[in-house]
Parts: sequence; C-alpha cells; structure tokens
Amino acid sequence: MSMKETTKPIAAYNHIGSTSLPTALKNGGIVIWLSCLIMGLGNFAAGQLVKGLLFLGIEAAFIYYMYTNGLYWLYMLPSLGDTATQEVWNDDLGVYVYVQGDNSQQILLFAVATIAIIIAFAVVWQESVRSGYAGLQVKRSGHKAPGFMADLKSLLDENIHKLLMFPPFAMIAIFTMVPLVYMMCMAFTNYSAVGDHLILFDWVGLQNFTALFDSTSAIGKQFGSVLLWTLIWAFFATFLNFFLGTFMAMIIQRPSTRFKGMWRTILSLTIAVPQFVSLMIIRNMFKDNGAVNTLLQSIGVLGQGEVFPFMTDAIWARVLLIVVNLWVGIPYTVMQVTGILQNIPADQYEAARIDGANVVQQFRYVTLPYMIFVLTPYIITQFTGNINNFNIIYLLTGGGPTYVGDSAGQTDLLVTWLYKLSIDKQQFNMGAVIGIFTFVVLAAVALITYRNSGSYKNEEGFK
Amino acid sequence: MAKEPKSMKKQKMITDIAVHVFLVIVSIIWLIPFIWIIAHSFRGESTGMYCATFLPKEYTLDNYIGLFTDVATMNFPKMFANTFIIACFSCLVSTFFVLAVSYCLSRVKWTMRKPYMNMAMVINLFPAFMSMVAIYFLLKAMGLTEGNRIPIALVICFSAGAGTGFTVMKGYMDTIPKALDEAAMIDGCTRWQTFCKITLPLCKPMVVYQVITAFMGPWMDFIFAKIIVRAEIQYATVSIGMWKMLEMEYIGGWFTRFCAAAVLVSIPIAILFMITQKFYQEAMGGAVKG
Repeated sequence: MSMKETTKPIAAYNHIGSTSLPTALKNGGIVIWLSCLIMGLGNFAAGQLVKGLLFLGIEAAFIYYMYTNGLYWLYMLPSLGDTATQEVWNDDLGVYVYVQGDNSQQILLFAVATIAIIIAFAVVWQESVRSGYAGLQVKRSGHKAPGFMADLKSLLDENIHKLLMFPPFAMIAIFTMVPLVYMMCMAFTNYSAVGDHLILFDWVGLQNFTALFDSTSAIGKQFGSVLLWTLIWAFFATFLNFFLGTFMAMIIQRPSTRFKGMWRTILSLTIAVPQFVSLMIIRNMFKDNGAVNTLLQSIGVLGQGEVFPFMTDAIWARVLLIVVNLWVGIPYTVMQVTGILQNIPADQYEAARIDGANVVQQFRYVTLPYMIFVLTPYIITQFTGNINNFNIIYLLTGGGPTYVGDSAGQTDLLVTWLYKLSIDKQQFNMGAVIGIFTFVVLAAVALITYRNSGSYKNEEGFK
Repeated sequence: MAKEPKSMKKQKMITDIAVHVFLVIVSIIWLIPFIWIIAHSFRGESTGMYCATFLPKEYTLDNYIGLFTDVATMNFPKMFANTFIIACFSCLVSTFFVLAVSYCLSRVKWTMRKPYMNMAMVINLFPAFMSMVAIYFLLKAMGLTEGNRIPIALVICFSAGAGTGFTVMKGYMDTIPKALDEAAMIDGCTRWQTFCKITLPLCKPMVVYQVITAFMGPWMDFIFAKIIVRAEIQYATVSIGMWKMLEMEYIGGWFTRFCAAAVLVSIPIAILFMITQKFYQEAMGGAVKG
C-alpha cells in the first residue's frame, strides 16, 4: 500500500513534466516567471534543492563562459578578425616581438561552437522552467515533490531515453554537427591558399558558388566534367555491378551447378580482405612497370619495353576503374541477390513454364520484376554510395591522370576533388562548396528512395 | 522427363560445361591478386616492386622476419598494437552507442524520436570527408592532436558518429515482440532491466555482428587516420604504415614486406568477416524463433 502512495506523485509529476513551455508560463505564476531569469527557482520553491542547484550551477557556468569567451567569439564572427600577426619593436627589451593577430579559422570554429552551446543552454533552460512548474504543481496538490534520487532513478526507467541518448547525441553534436556547420560556413568565405587567406579570411557571400558555375574560373571550368564523370561512374558502377552480379548469382544458383558454396566463398574473399589492401595491390599490378604489363610482355602481347597505359590514359584509367569496381562490387551483389533469388516463389516459374516461356523470358518477366521490386532501395543506396566512393578512386588512380594546371584529374569524383582541394591545395572554401553540392545531389536521390522504401512506410506504424 | 530428347540432353551438358568453365575462369580472376600477393610476400630475389616474372622464383621468410625486426624505419609491431588498442576502444564505445540509440528508437516513446531519425538520415548524406578538416581543427583546439593523445583523437573519430548508424540494429530490435518487454515490466522490471535482461540477450547475434564490424573499422580506415596522425609516425595505424611502405622512398626496400603485412592484416580480418557473416545470417533468421 505504501508503495502506491509514493509512486503516485511521481507519475503525476512525470505527466506534468511533459507539459509544454507556453502552458507552464501561462499557468506558472510569479515563481515560474522569475525562474526564467534565475534558473532552478521553481525547483527550490518545490523543495527540490539538488535539482535547483544543478540548474543554477549550469546557468552560472553558462554566463561565465559567455562573459569570458563566448561573447568575444560572437563579436568577432561578422568580421572574422582583421589584425594580422605583427612584429612590434619593444623598447624595453630592445627586440622585435611578435604580437599574435587574429586567426579567422579559430574565430569561426569557436563562434560556431558558442552557438551550439547557446542552443544546448536553451534546451536546458526550458527544461528547468518546465521542471520547476511540474515540481510546484505536485507540491500544490499536497504531495511532496520527488527528490533528486527519485529523478535519478527515473533515468533508469521511464526516462531511460534521456540517459541512453545523451552520450551518443552529444558526440554527434560535437563531432558531426558542429564540424558540418563549420564547413558549410566556410563555403561562404575566402578561406583558401589562393590570395593568401589561410590565416585571415572574410565572408564573401555567394562568390564561391558563382565561381563554381562560371566556366571561366579555375574551378568552374572543370566542374562540369567532374560532375559528368561522377554521374557516369555512379551509373556504370551501380548498374553493371547489379546486372553482372545478378547474372553470376543466377549461374551459381542453377540446379545443375556443382560446388555452389565454393564459388561463393571464393567471391566473398574480396570482401573479407581490407579494401585498401586489395586496391593498393591492384594499383601496383596495373602500373606501367607493374605485374600486368610484365605478364603481357612475357607472353608476347606487348613487345619489350612497350607498356599498356592503364593508368596514364584518361579513357583507359576510367575503364580500369569501372572494371576494378566490378571486381570489388560483384561479390557484394552476389551475396545480396542470392538470398532474394531463393525467395522468389517457385510457382511463378511453374506458371511461366506452363505458358511456354523460355529461360530468357522467365528472367525477363519473373526474376527481373521481382528483383527490381525488392532491390530498388539497395540499388539507390549503391548509387549514392558510388557518388561518394572515395576509396576506390583515391587508392587506385588517385584521380589521375591529371593535366598540367588542372586541380582535378581525369578520374576525380566530386568527393576526391573535394579532398584534393581541401587537403592538397588548401582551398578550403571551394572544397566546402563542392561538399555542399555533393550533398544536394545525394539528398535529392536519397529523399526519393527513403520516402518510397518499405522500412520508412512501416515506421509509420510505430506505436 | 525420362523421354527428354537426346539433343536437349546434349545441349544441357554443353551448357553445364560452359558454366563450370566460366566459373573457374571467374574464380581465377578473383583469386589472382591474392595468390600474387601471397607469393610475393615470400619473394626472395628482390625487395622492390619490380619483378621480372609474374610469380617470384625464390621463396624466403625474410620479409616476414624483417617486418618485425627492422623497426627503426617502420615499426610494424607498434602500428599493429596501436591499431589493436584503438580498435578495441572504438569498438566498445560505438557498440554501446549503437545499442543505446537502437533501444531508444525501437522501444521507448519520446517526442524527439522521429526528428532524431530524420536528422541521422540527413547527416549520413554528407560526404564524411567534408567535415574531416573541421574535425581535425576541433580536435586540435581540444589539444588532442599532439603526442600520446593522438590515439584518443582516433578513437573519437571512429566512434563519435556511431549514433547515426542504428538502422540494422534497430530493424533487428523491432522484430522482438513488444509483449516480452511488457511482461517483464508487469513483473516489476525497470526499463534498464528490460534492456539488459530481455533485449540484449535476444540481440546477441546482432551484437556480435556489430562488435566485429566496429572492431574492423580502424583496420580498414585510412583517410581519417592519415589526417589525424600526419607525420607522427609512431602513432600510425597499420593502414598508414602500409601506405608509407609504398611511397617512393620506401618502396624499393619495403614492397615485399608490404605484401607480408597485407597477408598478416588480411588473415584476422578475413576470419572475423567470416564470423560476422555467420552471425548475420543467424540474425536474419529472426530474433525469436517459433
């Protein structure tokens, strides 16, 4: 009986705790209004001392941070700093001393971080107001508001999502969201080795975006061809893989094919070995003095000293990439498709056979429609994955061959070009622009997929 | 069926032979790089990349021995140990993150549930390399990119984003009947207890799959490690070391050792991969049988 007595106010408290901020403000009265300024006041009034102190402490820490650091970074954000590091003559010491100037990159990073802290603080702030309101309501109804220990206990039960989601989400916020926003900001600056803006840079508005579409600028003249090759690559890499992989899976699946397990194991070996290892090996095999040319020379296809330009000719490098990608990708497709092929109802083939369909027609009218139905999300994920396929390009050709004066090689995708521009050329602003553009392309493709995929629709049924 | 005409039978046999010949050729194509690398890891005549014949003529164990004894220029055992430690920690952290997020998304009803899932979807669409530079600056501002803190930075890199990779695990948890949780809660279990005592044990095959996949990440990744480690080669992971072995200044003396390293790294990864496949298939059979 006594247990029921104690759990009841907690349940009511949790229920009130989920009231929205406007309701709390409307019904809260003077204490709650004041608690908007002095966080934790509501909790103090309700007798929840520890909780109140925690909120108050967070507020104090926030104000201290804003006063000592945050406001400065926000103040510097519009200009991103103007003072360069200078040598100043120091009369007392009789030497030149360096006076540390502004560092725009640092200012931008800390300003973005400060904004993130402000958002986090806003979340805690409204939580504190609502929590104070809930505590007071319980107290007004004549019960004792639950203490700190009860709150902690609820983290293991009805509020478990707060406990479990906090660490992963905090990490995502700090190490994914802040960097992403930071990079997006960079797209609107002139942070680049071009014009010596690596330490001090400024906002330039949409200038980088216009440069991207301006076919006379250094970046713009290559953008079209890189985008085109990215799409061609993604198309071939996805669909050739899909059709040849399906073909292979079906051949292994045939009733009269022997040693089915062995063929599949051999194929899946390529998945098991780290990709960077196999790609670096293949790169070395196809170099001008690599194993393949050696082999072709020794069997007499090429004369002594003759080499086949696998990597040095733009067209052949592209063909090589697509072929090697088949080598990498077909095993994945075989693994995916095998399970699905086994699930196609046998009576459909039976019916097709009775109607007089031959093998090709069975494939065309039974197998293919079924597979396309089941595998559409997979194919589109593959397509977006291939647009982002950094490893194979970077490790195999490194984007090359590159013509003199170009920043992108003939086999560079948008992502590898992004990498080259940022890391090698230090044109961070253009790298960010290309990153945003890649995202737009991917988001368009993915949005259509996810909306139509079964898993998204089923999710609506979650209770 | 017994009356199948002879010509059809003959045709079927020809197709069968053609299929098997085709599969043998395909297998050879898929195996050549592996055979080649294993053969050259034992090559005795020279240590550089260039070899006059496709397969080496002399075989020796020196490359493997050199890999572990010649630690002055390239400390492969140290790199192996680095990668192992980083892999263990990032595996722990990211498995916990994935489990925690999946459980909350699959089992608990809360207001930000749907927004969180949409946010994760959007984040996963950005090319990972885009924020790489920013992550480096951020870690640098936190003082994690110098000296012996580099491994911490790498663990963060490999595990920080794990909270967005919940799709497979959540999908799996969704197949566990909710009635089990409800029954446990009627019996007085808290949500934490249902998580530990009901959900986790039922997810075992998927957890194993997740653990091994997360463990393999740092062995396979190359780009993040390269940016964080830079020139501080004593903190390098295996992949950076192997990349270095193929650079101009080292390739002459280190190519066969690179092959040996490739074999040594591939064997455990391949074994782990085979295990994940077994558990993955088991998991796909469903969480609760019958």
